[in-house]
Amino acid sequence: MTVLGKFWSKQTIIAAISAATLALSGCAASNALNEEDGAAADSSDTVKVGVLHSLSGTMAISEVSLRDAELMAIEEINEAGGVLGKQIEPIVEDGASDWPTFAEKAKKLLQKDEVAAVFGGWTSASRKAMLPVFEQNNGLLWYPVQYEGMESSPNIFYTGATTNQQIVPSVTWLLENKGKSFFLIGSDYVFPRTANKEIKAQLEAEGGTLVGEEYTPLGHTDYGTLISKIKAEKPEVIYNTLNGDSNVAFFKQLKDAGITADDVTVLSVSIAEEEIRGIGTDILTGHYAAWNYFQTTDTPENEKFVAAYKEAYGDDRVTGDSIEAAYMAVYLWAAAAEKAGSFDVDAVKEAAGGIEFNAPGGKVTIDGDNQHTYKTVRVGEIQADGQFKEVWNSGEPVKPDPYLETYPWAEGLN
Amino acid sequence: MAVVITQLFNGISLGSILLLIALGLAITFGLMNVINMAHGEFIMAGAYTTYVVQQAFSHYVPAALFNYYYIVAIPLSFLIGALLGFVLEKTLIRFLYHRPLDSLLATWGVSLILQQVARSIFGAPNVAVTAPAWLDSGLTIAGAVLPYKRLFIIALVTICMVTLYLYLDKTAAGRKMRAVTMNRSMASSLGVSTKKVDATAFAIGSGLAGIAGCALTVLGPIGSTIGTYYIVDAFMIVILGGIGSLIGTVFGALSVGMLGTVAEFWSGASMAKVIVFVAIIAFLQFKPAGLLSARTRSLE
Repeated sequence: MTVLGKFWSKQTIIAAISAATLALSGCAASNALNEEDGAAADSSDTVKVGVLHSLSGTMAISEVSLRDAELMAIEEINEAGGVLGKQIEPIVEDGASDWPTFAEKAKKLLQKDEVAAVFGGWTSASRKAMLPVFEQNNGLLWYPVQYEGMESSPNIFYTGATTNQQIVPSVTWLLENKGKSFFLIGSDYVFPRTANKEIKAQLEAEGGTLVGEEYTPLGHTDYGTLISKIKAEKPEVIYNTLNGDSNVAFFKQLKDAGITADDVTVLSVSIAEEEIRGIGTDILTGHYAAWNYFQTTDTPENEKFVAAYKEAYGDDRVTGDSIEAAYMAVYLWAAAAEKAGSFDVDAVKEAAGGIEFNAPGGKVTIDGDNQHTYKTVRVGEIQADGQFKEVWNSGEPVKPDPYLETYPWAEGLN
Repeated sequence: MAVVITQLFNGISLGSILLLIALGLAITFGLMNVINMAHGEFIMAGAYTTYVVQQAFSHYVPAALFNYYYIVAIPLSFLIGALLGFVLEKTLIRFLYHRPLDSLLATWGVSLILQQVARSIFGAPNVAVTAPAWLDSGLTIAGAVLPYKRLFIIALVTICMVTLYLYLDKTAAGRKMRAVTMNRSMASSLGVSTKKVDATAFAIGSGLAGIAGCALTVLGPIGSTIGTYYIVDAFMIVILGGIGSLIGTVFGALSVGMLGTVAEFWSGASMAKVIVFVAIIAFLQFKPAGLLSARTRSLE
């Protein structure tokens, strides 16, 4: 082939390097969607709360729905008369899938807007970035996503599952029903690595075997090599803690390699109804996920919740575990404030313990000691219509145990 | 044995995917020296075009013909990518030739705008594209499964390469393009309209990104951020291959693909990325102009 020439100048090299650096920084646009109208609202009849999720960047795919659910809960509460006679005024900020931005926006919400509570976060990295800000400013964060446990900040309420409400029971279920040999795959960051450390200890204690453990960078899109490793090891179960878009690539390529749900069971902890739609139901049918809530969960509250959510945001939208946890977080906060008779952070924290709420996924109770919630654990099989069929549940809400103190095998993990 | 075949195939497959995303950039960045950060968003545009074509087929075309949507989507993705590229060149890039840092920042802005536009139109969550049935399953050789989708991408990138080669080497328009990239002022004084050539070249490079986007829909996620996953790799391969050398880009893509899969097999995906990066940086220390440097007589 003819070689086409153009000398490449020093300037080009510099610019190319800058280009790579810029792209690597993850396109962290801080295009805040500030829905506050600027004019300070009359503070006597409203109470401000922050809503802080990634509305742009790689995590927007999941977090936009949480904002929607939280705004819906706020609107419902406002229509029913508000909290302590005040209307809730949400201030929406964009964390832009960038952890320092989360910390910065949290600081802005607490110091400038002086919000009574913040509902926000998705990834553990974003929570870890916000944690010191909330502790220093004595703020209140309601974090609505399942996470890896081993944390209990006095300034955070965790309405998603901790490990003993999702991962631990699902591993036991898999060992009893699906097989003993496990292959662990996950994205390379704090949640999968911590979760897998716990799973490995549990496998050892409960008679499972580990045949492989692999991590891929967030946003990884080529799973050819990982799948050939899986083929070589022939596990009975793949425990999947991949997060975000990587799931799409993994499942598409797994199917292309000729591996179906009949050959190996894949149980995921980050795939809910919304993610199923983005991956394609034909690829996922027959695989499993562990959650506390499915859109198909059969409670009267859920029927109302799903109808209201579709009414507000469109018939084609689906709910899911984190969406439900975000929705109930607002209600739990409102109930705690009512009980405390004040929006003061310390008073709300004091009053929160023992508060019950009939959430769409069943009754939840705030545990006053570790500020997590009692939740029912569910395992579901993905159906051809993109919904889950529940195949197992824990029967009653499980007491949160973020440090796995009641499990002897977990000793020395933290 | 099956593992060796599979891994060899995975290496070639990853190389072909990388080549497909880098091919467009090899023209706009390699030949024209424009740093276009929005290149990844042209990939995204191609992917969404495929999605739209699929939706249109499932609504307006008899179900029996559904599997042919992909045949329509490929040229359409090229056209949409080329159109976006053409407009970008006419409205922005052409004012920024010889100002690489400015064009870097300006096109990065464009890339953010395009991402947000996609999010506004298609929503933040990913969309699903069902691959045509004739791309399902794969070829079994000695116990190794070679997925048809990956074979298809290898074929597609080969066709793109050959077409591009024929265009640049055998057609008048292609020869003009080469003349302009080799010596702009001389070409211009001999009556070649460099403005027209620039716009065409940029449109072709962008169109190839559109095709890459179309191909990627069968393997990975389709969302507004799809371009950001590939853009760094694409730049890396063009630089490794040698700026200005298309054949260098081919070798660059294949070596990164091979090295990446071998390293991932022996360590892990994160470590493989590090190994590939370190290897490339070390290589460029010894051969700063890349694998195949373009010989030039210009005295810039």
